[in-house]
Amino acid sequence: MANKYWESFSKGIIKENPVLRLVLGTCPTLAVTTAAFNGLGMGVAATFVLVCSNIVISLLRKCIPDKVRLPAYIVVIAGFTTIVQMLVKAFLPAIDSALGIYLPLIVVNCIILGRAEALAGKNTVGLSALDGLGMGVGFTAALIVMGSIREFLGNGTVFGWPEGGLIPPIAIFVLPAGGFFVFGMLIWIANRLSTKLEQNSARKELSSEVCAACPMAGSCHGEVTDHD
Amino acid sequence: MTNGSFFAILIGGLLVNNFVLSQFLGICPFLGVSKKLSSAFGMSVAVTFVMLLATAATWPIYTYLLQGELAYLQTIVFILIIAALVQLVEIVLKRFIPPLYQALGIYLPLITTNCAVLGVTILNIDSGYNFGQSLVNALGAGLGFMLAMVMFAGVRERLESAEIPESLKGLPITLVAASIVSVSFLGFQGLFGL
Repeated sequence: MANKYWESFSKGIIKENPVLRLVLGTCPTLAVTTAAFNGLGMGVAATFVLVCSNIVISLLRKCIPDKVRLPAYIVVIAGFTTIVQMLVKAFLPAIDSALGIYLPLIVVNCIILGRAEALAGKNTVGLSALDGLGMGVGFTAALIVMGSIREFLGNGTVFGWPEGGLIPPIAIFVLPAGGFFVFGMLIWIANRLSTKLEQNSARKELSSEVCAACPMAGSCHGEVTDHD
Repeated sequence: MTNGSFFAILIGGLLVNNFVLSQFLGICPFLGVSKKLSSAFGMSVAVTFVMLLATAATWPIYTYLLQGELAYLQTIVFILIIAALVQLVEIVLKRFIPPLYQALGIYLPLITTNCAVLGVTILNIDSGYNFGQSLVNALGAGLGFMLAMVMFAGVRERLESAEIPESLKGLPITLVAASIVSVSFLGFQGLFGL
């Protein structure tokens, strides 16, 4: 039981990372990651909306008729987005001006509607909340990684602190072109890692099937793959 | 925008502040529907059309109903208007102009969650444009979206036949290509001394 909850929380962080593996919510990912701190702000704001809307939609899942579920979800999400907008405007004006138009645009972030449709509309409150939290943490982590890379290379700072002149700043990394480039490279790395993992697990499966009949099984550990 | 004239707004939306390549709005359809030139063109016509309609609907509602005490309802009201509008357009087109419906039909539902449409309506309000300026801005944004989509579809058709390392295939190489296309739009930043 506890395992199921851990699973629904942790899968959003790496295995189904919304940005790098599912490639959802790309607009804010590219737009606000000119600095690591902006990425953090965007990530936390989106996580708040994601968790709250997942909880409410999961609570209402038996009241919402199937035919009008998408408009209903959008209204719930828009409500929480408005709350976030007002909170950020009141308490964190610096973040508000850095995120600008992307703050109200959390409404159309496909991660949130995607989770509502795929999970919260069908599952219990606890599971939906944890799933939202996991996805939110994965989203935030990806934004911080991307923001750090772009800020370090483009501006020569880390979270606003100067890194001490290790490299001269390459301004193009904080421009839109650099955003596309860094995002492409991160997805490339994520693809690379996951194909490696898949190959490893495929090799293990192969060895358990084929090697049972092989006299060398004890010493080769399935490393010889050119078996007939 | 320093200059409020219609021409400056149009060129601004089209080139200087290109929605896709400078402001990162509408990236999902930009990456998703740009594989073929014909579908890229269809999608951008539909987006431009909905942008104009959404601006024509949201600007008066914000200015005459919401401005002032109800301004905090902006996000909720705008997304509902856009969602309703898209449905309406779909029904009207299906009933009265079937050929256009067949050409645009599949793209219309996708547009509700296209952040470029919501983005342009909010930006119109934030920039303090009047009704005419808002419509021109929407047109510029739509045409800019079309320009980026069509250009990028051309680039992607060439990528199909190129030899690319296995793990870079698909999305990574597409993003790198988008980055290079975006560099070309940097050249427009100097226009109007922005």
